[in-house]
Order: sequence, then structure tokens, then C-alpha cells
Amino acid sequence: MKGPSPPWKMESQRSYFAKALIELGEKDPDVVVVGADTTESIKTMEFGKKFPDRLFNVGISEQNMVSVAAGLAAAGKVVFASTYAVFGAAHTYNVIRQNIAYTKLSVKLFCSHAGLTTGLDGATHQLNEDIGLMRGLPNMAVLVPADGPQTAKCVHAAAERPGPVYCRFSRANFPTVTSSEDRFEIGPAYILRDGADITLVGCGIMVSRCLEAAELLAAERVSARVINLSTVKPLDARALAKAARETGGIVTAEEHTVVTGIGSAVASAVSGEHPVPIEMVGVQDVFGESGEAPELLEKYGLTVAKVVEAAQRVTKRRGD
Amino acid sequence: MVEIPDEKIRELEETARVLRRHVLKMTHQVQSGHPGGSMSACDIVTALYFHVLRVDPDNPAWADRDRFVISKGHACPVLYAALAEQGFFPVPELMTFRHLNSRLQGHPEYGTTPGVENAAGAEGQGLSFGLGLALAARLDRKAWRVYCLLGDGEQDVGQTWEAALCGAKFHLDNLTAIIDRNGIQQEGRTEEIMPLEPLGDKWKAFGWNVLTINGHDMRQILGALDEAHAHKGQPTVIIAKTTKGKGVSFMENVVRYHGAATTDEELKRALAELGEVLP
Repeated sequence: MKGPSPPWKMESQRSYFAKALIELGEKDPDVVVVGADTTESIKTMEFGKKFPDRLFNVGISEQNMVSVAAGLAAAGKVVFASTYAVFGAAHTYNVIRQNIAYTKLSVKLFCSHAGLTTGLDGATHQLNEDIGLMRGLPNMAVLVPADGPQTAKCVHAAAERPGPVYCRFSRANFPTVTSSEDRFEIGPAYILRDGADITLVGCGIMVSRCLEAAELLAAERVSARVINLSTVKPLDARALAKAARETGGIVTAEEHTVVTGIGSAVASAVSGEHPVPIEMVGVQDVFGESGEAPELLEKYGLTVAKVVEAAQRVTKRRGD
Repeated sequence: MVEIPDEKIRELEETARVLRRHVLKMTHQVQSGHPGGSMSACDIVTALYFHVLRVDPDNPAWADRDRFVISKGHACPVLYAALAEQGFFPVPELMTFRHLNSRLQGHPEYGTTPGVENAAGAEGQGLSFGLGLALAARLDRKAWRVYCLLGDGEQDVGQTWEAALCGAKFHLDNLTAIIDRNGIQQEGRTEEIMPLEPLGDKWKAFGWNVLTINGHDMRQILGALDEAHAHKGQPTVIIAKTTKGKGVSFMENVVRYHGAATTDEELKRALAELGEVLP
């Protein structure tokens, strides 16, 4: 299994998000959406045009948004609360903790504009810490779709799952690496390319870069397995331990700080089961800055080349 | 407005005294918790749970029940006492308050304690939660109402005012907020820690129907709740002027009793003032 390869089709996760929300809204009258003055940008306004009484725009009051969403859920609604990640996931942390995570209420927090690829708006708007924040909360499921089609699947899967869900996606168009026909459930880590010598575990935009890196590694006769870690929590520890056992080394790659992201999640899972050398590609405990998304990914080391180098470090540490 | 007979008022006043005694015993047995702000809210909570709210202790999840949201979570002893006296769980369970493995957590937990409608403890979040409930009721064209008890200390919290804007935007006349205006927060008088007055004018400016009452006068409380119910097009906030530690002479208006339980000797004196003599 060689897996998907370039040239990639670049697509908007927000468009898939908006379309899936409408599909869901047509199926289930209890689905409602709460927004915070970003409904046009994040495209929940399209849901609102279709179901005017089921979109609540609360203005720039994200803490209020989260609690309102929790109240709606307590009355039986399936609630999607949605805004930019920095406002929806960081500004609101204790409100999420008390009103959603602790209560286990069915609030689906879908946040766009996560990570460096938020771009020109700069560091204040590029949240590279949300995976860590959210996976630290008991009861919270954490999803990072790799692309547009998977974002749509996250919407449907989140609605079906009882309890709270956090899903992060990007402002930028992402390479489409999955297909609408692919199976998706919350939980499993999906193997996109099989390999025996090393495992590249990516999430979000880094999945496509891991696939490209695997192709380059193949030219060096290194057979790399590529895992799309679209569910960060509950973590598929079995698949990761199996990968560690079968390939003997892991590279993680994320558009997120390596301090608390999927790198540390994977390391923590693997160290208990089958410790192997792990190298982490990600934001190195720094803030971003203004720039175009591709420039930022380059400057902050979220590149195919960095994944390849990390893989080489793993094989070196292993003594290949 | 329906005239309430004197006998009913006296009965409710007696119930409020029962709740005050529970609050004192619950916080005393574990030497922890917040008696002052629970006692200031006793009359309000009594009026709600023993006259106004349509709830069913035998079916706490009844879909059409009224919802009571406690935003000032530290006052949960009075809520637990009311729920126990209403039959949501056995009265002796009140003495497990704040113990390991108890359903009666130090601050309210959602989904564990029968009759508790929200999680609270971090201040300033309850009103927004209540708005969500009220929006759902309206969307489903249901007649059930939402009542939300706020502290005056949590008027300091920004989210309280986010909720104030939001309630007005959506014209949520199926929600009534009640502010337990006892004038004292953890470290002192509210007007010294963070001045709030003119509080009523603030809520009025935010687009709410504002009623100001004596929060220990049962007739005034019931009257205001009735008036709030009848008011259309806007949510109502009742500013209930209360006394922290109300009902026990030496606890009234004493900052320390915000978060301190009584000693054995104090409990005895306090209960005696509330009509109960310990053996």
C-alpha cells in the first residue's frame, strides 16, 4: 500500500464543515449552532440561512458562547459551538472545563483557524496549544481532521458520539489526502501507507507531508508507515504500540507545539507499551508571526524535509 | 397576581428556617463550605422550590420541568437542603456534604445529584448556561421556565455581562435571574472590593426588566417572581437585597462566615435562634 500522493487537490476544511452541518441539520432538527461574530468566515452562517432559528450568534463573547451551548445541550440539543480556535479553545478554557468537560454535555466545539496556517493575522491568532489544552480535559474527545473530507466526517461522527468533542481545523486550504469514501470513526488511527522500517505519525496538514516524506524515504530504501492520527483522544494506543513494535521507531509531525501535542501523546502511549526512539516535528515552544501559511510552515520547520531528517535521526539513534 | 394566604407565607418562612438549619449543620459537620451566602439565599430558594418551580422529585429528568440554575455554586448547601426536603434524595444524605464518595460535592456537579441542573463553582457562568436552556425551551415551544440564582460577587465577572447582553438580544422572557445582593464577597464588602452600584441601573441599561426587593420578605419574593413571569419581551432580573448569614444574629453581615463553618458552641446558639434546641 503506497497511499495517496501528490499532486494534491487543495480544499477548504471550512467548506466541508459548513456543508456537513447543513446535512446534519436536515437530518436532525435538534442540531443547533452557536457562533461568536465569526459565522461568515467560518461558514456557519450557511447553516443559519437554511435554519434561521437554529443559529445563535452571541457576538464576541466566547465564554458566554460555551455556556450557552452547554445550556442548549442540557435541554437535549446537539450543539455545535464554533469560532476561531484562539477564542473558542484558549480564551474559554475554564468555561469549557466546568460547563462541557465536567458535565459531559453534548457540545461539539469545532474551531477553525488553528495553528500557524492562520497566517497573516500573526501569533495572537495562531493557536498552537489547543490539542494540549483539550486532551488534558477528562471526558473530551479531540479530533484533528487531515483535510476537507475528513472534516465533514468529523462533524457527523461528533454528532453521533454522546458527550463533548473538540475538533480543530485550519483557515488555509489543505491538501486532500482522504476520500469521501474512506471509513472514519472517532478512535482508530488510520494507516494511510504501510511500511516496516519506521512510522510517521501525523495530524492535520502534516499528514500530507508525512506521505511525501515516506516517498522520499522509499528512495533511500527506508520503508515508512504513515499514520493519520485524526483522533488524538481517545488515543489509539494499540495501533501506536503495534507500529512501535513492528517498525521500531516513530516520527510525529504536527502543526502544534511539541510540548503538549500529539508528539507527547504518542510518546507517552508508546513508552508504556514498547519504547522506541521518537522524534517530534512541530512548533518548538515558540510563538508564530505574520506570514503566508506556506512561508510559516517553512520557517517553523513543518516541512517534508524536516520529517525526513527526523526519520534519519531515528534510524541513526537505533544504530541502523 | 394571585393573593397568597398568610398561612402559606408562614409555612414557607418555616421551611426557610429548616433550610437554614440544614445549611448550618452541613457546613458544621465537615467544618467547611459557605454558610453565609447560602443563608442569604434561603428565602429565595424556598420560594422557588416550595411554591414556584414545577419539578418532580420522583422524576428529576422530567422533560417539561422548570430549571433552577445555581450560578453562585458555593451556595449549594441551600440547594441541596431544598432538594432533600423536596424528596429528591434522603434528608440524612445532607450530612455527607463534601465527604469522599458523596453525591453532594463541595460545588455542584451535573448529572450526579438528583435535581441539580448545572455545574458551578467557577463564578459567572450560570446565567449563560440558563440562557442556553431558555433558548432551547423557546425553540421547542415549551412552557417551562428558567430561574438563575446569581451572587453579587460574580457581578465582577465579565461573563456575567456577556450573558446580560445576550439575554436582552434574544428577548428571553422565559428566564428570570435573581441576584442575591448580600453585599459581601470573599474578602469584604462588594462596594470596597469592586463597586457595583448602581447595579439596577446597569442591568436596566443592558436591556433587562429590573425588580428590586427585600430578599427575605417572602411576599415580596413571590410577588416579584410572579411579575417576572408576566413580563414579556425582556428577561427579568430581581435584585434581592439580602443579609449574608441571615437568620443568626452573630453571623449576619460578618465577612468571615462567607467561607467558615460554625464551631460546636456557635452551632448550638445558631440553631437555638432558628428554633431548634440541641440535646
